Amino acid sequence: MLNDLSLVEARDGLRRRDFTAIELTDAHLAAVAALNPRLNAFITVSAKAARAQAAEADARLAAGEDRPLLGLPLAIKDLFCTEGVRTTAGSRILEPFVPAYESTVTANLLRDGAVFLGKANLDEFAMGSSNMTSAFGPVQNPWTRADGAALVPGGSSGGSCAAVAARMALGATATDTGGSIRQPASFCGIVGMKPTYGRCSRWGIVAFASSLDQAGPVARTVEDCAVLLGSMARFDPKDSTSADRPVPDFAAACRRGVQGLRIGVPREYRNDNMPAEIEALWQQGLAWLRDAGAEIVDVSLPHTKYGLATYYIVAPAEASSNLARYDGVRFGRRVDGNDLLEMYERTRAEGFGAEVRRRIMIGTYVLSAGYYDAYYLRAQKVRALILRDFTDAYAQVDALLTPTTPSAAFAQGEKMDDPVAMYLNDIFTVPANMAGVPGLSVPAGLNGQGLPLGLQVLGRPFDEETVFAVGAVLERAAAFHHLPAIRAGVPA
Amino acid sequence: MSLDPATVRRIARLARIHVEDAEAAQLAGELNGILAWIEQLNEVDVEGIDPLTGAAQMAMRLRPDVVTDGGIPELVLGNAPDRAGAFYSVPKVVE
Repeated sequence: MLNDLSLVEARDGLRRRDFTAIELTDAHLAAVAALNPRLNAFITVSAKAARAQAAEADARLAAGEDRPLLGLPLAIKDLFCTEGVRTTAGSRILEPFVPAYESTVTANLLRDGAVFLGKANLDEFAMGSSNMTSAFGPVQNPWTRADGAALVPGGSSGGSCAAVAARMALGATATDTGGSIRQPASFCGIVGMKPTYGRCSRWGIVAFASSLDQAGPVARTVEDCAVLLGSMARFDPKDSTSADRPVPDFAAACRRGVQGLRIGVPREYRNDNMPAEIEALWQQGLAWLRDAGAEIVDVSLPHTKYGLATYYIVAPAEASSNLARYDGVRFGRRVDGNDLLEMYERTRAEGFGAEVRRRIMIGTYVLSAGYYDAYYLRAQKVRALILRDFTDAYAQVDALLTPTTPSAAFAQGEKMDDPVAMYLNDIFTVPANMAGVPGLSVPAGLNGQGLPLGLQVLGRPFDEETVFAVGAVLERAAAFHHLPAIRAGVPA
Repeated sequence: MSLDPATVRRIARLARIHVEDAEAAQLAGELNGILAWIEQLNEVDVEGIDPLTGAAQMAMRLRPDVVTDGGIPELVLGNAPDRAGAFYSVPKVVE
């Protein structure tokens, strides 16, 4: 069925006129209609607009036009502003917000002919690792385990990853501030790419922590991610941290192989609490790369263990500043008060969920007079050491291989009592955000409960090509063809 | 460092988030848990290290100081929760 095609296969099928863009979009809209009531992967479905975009794609295809994503249906994380389509960031405070403009990344996708099925669910303001903090309800992972408990898809890009895994979309946009592309991709058995900081414009993406936020694609194959990133990435003068450098042919890089590459194994990623099956999968991944001609090298990233604590100062500090704009005056929800201050305080108390309020308050505290040096300035110095670790490692190796997450998907409601327990999900993904380096998660195997586990490839800044090359070799070797129980075409 | 409920209320005021008195104690516990975990950074030797403010390894670009946008008041005001003509409307600030 059409939903089982990869993005590249669907593109080639459209070019051959094996099927039309309308048929392709309708197949995915039908899957959304059938599965979304259960999975809650979409907050907003824009079926009518999607069919109009597909009809236009068919007209362009008939006219012999060719664009990289012409007629391909995608899900858009509801953190990207979409002109005329409600953009909530998973928050009550933005529930009524309809942007008058299009984010640069989604504008680039539309330029290349993509069809937007709707806006994907996420943790509120992308703050979370489970999708449990969305004001629009949790997302269910399409993968299931024997005890029948509903599992989380990971987060914050949980709706994007669930939609792609369940074959409701060929691919999706996502964002990654501390692991929000790679962790849910790993939990949902798909591929997720966080490019180098600066590769994709942040303009029009609801800001969380601006020095860490980076957009990227999720899809079912490494090459699909490469094609999507090729469209998403472009220099944008409207983002002062956008990188003014050419966008390489990422898809071509997927065919490079790893012959002669040096792959680093950071010894600090190994700890006593790591489940044996994750350790075994990591060793298997290294063996696959060695068999394909890579040299495996032991390296040290000595400040790895401080990555998360650093993150939980830097990210809330930036968030407390970024989220100051939600004051009930210019957009979003307002709760009235007797005076201006009371209006601000009630609007923000009712508009933000518990985790967002917590992070704003931590951020406010670490930036407040008397504590700035002890917390924020110290964290920025540790961040410099984390970057130095990567710089030193990349003097010896071309890329690093690690597990993506310390566990497989857990059940909805687990890890909810202790914020720090939830934060530990991102222990392997956060350092890449601190240093701004690219990272890819590739599904590599199943755990004992039949749930997917991912391996993470980290690369040098702006060397996504090597990351894709390594990822493609892992993908071929792993031959991960397992399917989630809940997916398009399977009766509920 | 440990936060008491009074400090939590002070932070909440700075953050412009209303906190009920009953919530302050629970929030203090949650925030103290996070802060205690963050304390581990004190064991890192950061002597002589320059702080890293961002992940972009590049100099800030300059752009000409010119108007690049504007003249779209209806679009700008389109999401306002309350407005009066071409203005945002808020509760009275001055008596």
